[in-house]
Amino acid sequence: MSAPVFLKGNEALLRSAILAGCRAFFGYPITPASEITEAAAYWMPLVGGVFLQAESEVAAINMVYGAAATGTRVMTASSGPGISLMQEGFSYLAGAELPCVIADITRGGPGLGNISPEQSDYFQVVKGGGHGCYRNLVLAPASVQEMADLTVLAFELADRYRNPVVVMADGCIGQMMEPVVLPKAVSEREPPSWAVMATAATRRNLITSIHLLNDDLERHNRALEAKYRRAQIEARWENWRTEDADFILMGYGIVGRVLKAVTERLRKKGVKAGLLRPITLFPFPTEEIRRLRDQVKGFLVVEMSTGQMVEDVRLAVEGVRPVEFYSRLGGNVPTAEEITDYALSMAPQSARQEERLWMAMF
Amino acid sequence: MDGYVLAQARSQCFYPRFERKPESPESTHYCPGCGHGILHKLIARVLDEFGVQDRTVFVSPVGCSVFAYYYFDLGHVQAAHGRASAVATAIKRTRPDSVVLCYQGDGDLAAIGTAEILHAANRGEPFTVFFVNNAIYGMTGGQAAPTTPLAAVSTTTPYGRSALNDGYPLKMAELLASLEAPVYVERVALGNGKQITAAWRAIRTAIDVQRRGLGFSFIEVLSPCPTVWKLTPVEAQKRVRDELTKVFPLGVKCDRRRQTVPRSQPPAALPADQVEVLLRGAEAEGEWPHPLACQPVDVRLKIAGFGGQGIQLLGEVIAQAGMYAGLHVSWLPSYGPEMRSGTSNASVRLSTNEVDSPVVSRPTHLIALNEPSLRKFLASVEPGGMVFYNNESFPTDCVRSDLELVAVPFTQQADRLGDPRVANMVALGAWLERVPCLPDGALELALKAHVKSESLIALNREAIQQGRLLCAQRRYRT
Repeated sequence: MSAPVFLKGNEALLRSAILAGCRAFFGYPITPASEITEAAAYWMPLVGGVFLQAESEVAAINMVYGAAATGTRVMTASSGPGISLMQEGFSYLAGAELPCVIADITRGGPGLGNISPEQSDYFQVVKGGGHGCYRNLVLAPASVQEMADLTVLAFELADRYRNPVVVMADGCIGQMMEPVVLPKAVSEREPPSWAVMATAATRRNLITSIHLLNDDLERHNRALEAKYRRAQIEARWENWRTEDADFILMGYGIVGRVLKAVTERLRKKGVKAGLLRPITLFPFPTEEIRRLRDQVKGFLVVEMSTGQMVEDVRLAVEGVRPVEFYSRLGGNVPTAEEITDYALSMAPQSARQEERLWMAMF
Repeated sequence: MDGYVLAQARSQCFYPRFERKPESPESTHYCPGCGHGILHKLIARVLDEFGVQDRTVFVSPVGCSVFAYYYFDLGHVQAAHGRASAVATAIKRTRPDSVVLCYQGDGDLAAIGTAEILHAANRGEPFTVFFVNNAIYGMTGGQAAPTTPLAAVSTTTPYGRSALNDGYPLKMAELLASLEAPVYVERVALGNGKQITAAWRAIRTAIDVQRRGLGFSFIEVLSPCPTVWKLTPVEAQKRVRDELTKVFPLGVKCDRRRQTVPRSQPPAALPADQVEVLLRGAEAEGEWPHPLACQPVDVRLKIAGFGGQGIQLLGEVIAQAGMYAGLHVSWLPSYGPEMRSGTSNASVRLSTNEVDSPVVSRPTHLIALNEPSLRKFLASVEPGGMVFYNNESFPTDCVRSDLELVAVPFTQQADRLGDPRVANMVALGAWLERVPCLPDGALELALKAHVKSESLIALNREAIQQGRLLCAQRRYRT
């Protein structure tokens, strides 16, 4: 194993992308994702890749579309407001089945919001903010090492499923520094057979998302649907002290890290807590939640949003167990202390029981 | 066929039968008298002549020509409405040997895609754009285009286009020719045989500009749309000649072929093994980790002060030194608006065990480089923790009896060393004196990673040393 280097999450993500064979980057600066674009501007020319600062996120995502169409491993990076602008491109990329990687280093919204970390992009990224029945595959790193590892995985999944893959990390994970072992460089891959590469062999290839006849478009959508079903096997998560847990904490990204500390604190207070941290948000670890559901008394979901992932948890739990929710907003990262206090306040006789029952009915 | 000389055969760039078309594969979907069919033929003829069929990529827009792939036997990428120039940019850049033809209508290029075409032209992207201007939205049934002439009636200008309400017809050829990068910009028309021949010449020039690697070329084509104009094909051509050319004058708008040198080929891709050396490379020089002599470590450090006091650098150096010392570490900046002004703080974790949360909400140690930071974070320090404050003493109303309080004037000492910027290193020295968890070798490696010049490293070392001494001399309160 090679020695770790001490890197920012954003820098680790971009370097890993290049090591994974990414040779084109089109982006528009935005805090807290700009280091990715800056790193691409620095590294791409050195490896013979393409870097272009686009005139907008709209242009950037459509450049990603163009490069993906030629069979090039390509990515862009942005944050909430820019990701909103890119939704058109997401839809076309998914419709034309083009592989690419998008990094979303999330910040606070709505509107201009602020540049501090929130997790409020879950709906637009995981559920699909563009038009049509498509899904993004979504990976949620919780450390600088995962920024590296999941970026490599993102390129693999993008190719395997011919679909956009989003690496969605909150501003904390993008901005923090940790030791990271960067991945090995992938050797040159075979260009995909469907790509339009300006060669005789690929001249008859066509990249489009238009299917004029109703039956054609229905067939296309059924094929996409089947693909997303196939992709369910890619669900990944981290279990931490769940074996004997009575009580499951759930959170992704930076919250997943904080919840480890919460688990420890609760255990010290005699509460058998465990952590289930989704690593993929689509596909969602629904099966794992169902498995744990039968073992535990309840769930506590913590997000830096007013409750986005919690909807998927409730769908998975199917009302069989209470699913509690705790959140901080505006760039405030919930502390281990406040979450622990909240969790301890959830004793059955607490005054909030009525509200909990109401919530469980969702 | 004996006795005949074939003057014009169907271009080999067209499919013999239009199999991709759902119905009637013998004919196109274009209306009789439509300009697209003529323009398709002219383009195909030039591609035949240059022999570039295999390496041509056709980028089609949203509009009637979205189905250009039914007809052209070329590589095809269909773009979102208005984004053809952005898509073409990336195709050309990732396949520099390709011939990229970007085919856009007036709504696509001059309305929704104005930003994309303007910037592609301004970057001088070396592809060719065909801008089909028929002054109306054809496919969607006759709404106004940015190029609709004044007073012209459309379904969205039922009383005629008004300059006050709708602005003026946008002259894209002139607009783009005003930029410095485009090599060739011309406006042509399909109003009669003569104009069509001139159009063919312009197309030939434009694709030649690309073939020779000169740069951006742009042909605006005034094109008839008899169906939506509600005219016969003959009347429609007459309208192109008599009316449209008055609003949009024909001619070469810019020609920089002579003063342009062909672009050099982009550098070749670096082999994977060299990429690996480059990217995973020389970050960590020297021998490490430095095994720790001290007890198990679980430091949750908060460093805070004004922006510009080197708060974040101090955090990075401590965390990186921790890594070289074989500890689990993390550094998390407050990267918010503080970055620009006001206060700044960093969370650093150093631990013998894996770091759970990098967010330090209950620090075991606080280094406060100014009073507002001390006031902000003092209450959060874990009982039994330590506070290092940048002054001779603590404010009397800002103390806690359950903490070890160390007051050392870091900035004053840094001033004495001749550089107030090393106050952070004086603080580091003071902290290390009380929390000896980082061996010198690890610290040295971390300093070298952040400070490039040897003289500055020496100054930093000195500052750390002074910080240690000052802290050792001081009586601290508990």
